[in-house]
Amino acid sequence: MGPLFVNNIISENTNFLLAFFIGIGFGMVLESSGFSSSRKLAGIFYGYDTVVLKVFFTAALTAMLGLLFMSLFGWIDLSLVYVNPTYLTSAIIGGAVMGVGFIIGGFCPGTSFCGAAIGKIDAMVFVGGLFLGIILFSETYPLWEKIYLAGFKGSPKLSESLGLSDGLLALGVILMAVAMFYVAEWAERKFPREEY
Amino acid sequence: MEEKHKDRSRSYLNPYLGGVLLGLVLLAANFISGRGLGASGAVKSVIVAATQTIAPAHVEKNAYYHDYMQEHDKPLKSWLVFQMAGVLVGGFISGALWGRLKLKVEHSPKITSRKRLFLAAIGGILFGFGSQLGRGCTSGSALSGMAVLSLGGFITMAAIFGTAFAFAYFFRKNWI
Repeated sequence: MGPLFVNNIISENTNFLLAFFIGIGFGMVLESSGFSSSRKLAGIFYGYDTVVLKVFFTAALTAMLGLLFMSLFGWIDLSLVYVNPTYLTSAIIGGAVMGVGFIIGGFCPGTSFCGAAIGKIDAMVFVGGLFLGIILFSETYPLWEKIYLAGFKGSPKLSESLGLSDGLLALGVILMAVAMFYVAEWAERKFPREEY
Repeated sequence: MEEKHKDRSRSYLNPYLGGVLLGLVLLAANFISGRGLGASGAVKSVIVAATQTIAPAHVEKNAYYHDYMQEHDKPLKSWLVFQMAGVLVGGFISGALWGRLKLKVEHSPKITSRKRLFLAAIGGILFGFGSQLGRGCTSGSALSGMAVLSLGGFITMAAIFGTAFAFAYFFRKNWI
């Protein structure tokens, strides 16, 4: 049955309309979880507010388990779902540049749009920075092309790389997340927080 | 004071509930469209579309834009652009419902608004640049990648959060 668009059950225009509604859900959840506030987001790196870790990992696990169960019930063909390709070098270097941007700017792209939507001027400036950064990369692309294309591994799943079943890997991620939630709750009791 | 403090903290969703809801949105994207969520890709679409309109010859010359145009004949008619338009609307609705619509620069009392805006610009530039090198940001690469168990998704997630933790000490005065 699923994915609906890939299986031609819905048209391209319906797919775009639903993308808009999915975006509304995405924006509402981000904003109501407090992701429109850079001080809440940056809290994870100092322990005073760990909302990022809790929301991020609970979301990843919910979707991961949802996909595995839907596949088990025959509701979705996982081979038709997009799996991000792995380019080792650029995943690490790009991720590192994003990490520095995160601790300096206090937002990531999705959350900055969310902050901008409720009037945070720092978020609007961050969005402006995103445009500049992407233009900068595109205009200087020949300089980075080698790094961009290095270490291509296809589109493997972590479970395949580790030689585990998808279910066993998901169990491992659940256990890791629970351990991190425990540390996060401890950190929030230890470090003082104001509400913004 | 205590009363007010409690009211404010209650106005945000419980983070675990927020996570489950975000996970369901991501699951819906995969079930309906066979793909995950994203953010930086929509900005790229807008940039390519604008460049195509203003300077089409430049798009032909630039390998990065050119490759993108090969795959998308109309860059603005893309899934992520519609989804990000929704994010702006959804964020606004939630802000309106909880009384958080307000023009302001949010910053730690220890730094000035000007410094905060300067840091936001630098952070945005770095995040934008990194999102192109890493083929997606926290939403598209890390979160959506992890949900489909992508090796690259886990690596990008670890690189983003690992580096931010490693550099947190040097930028602590901007936040705490």
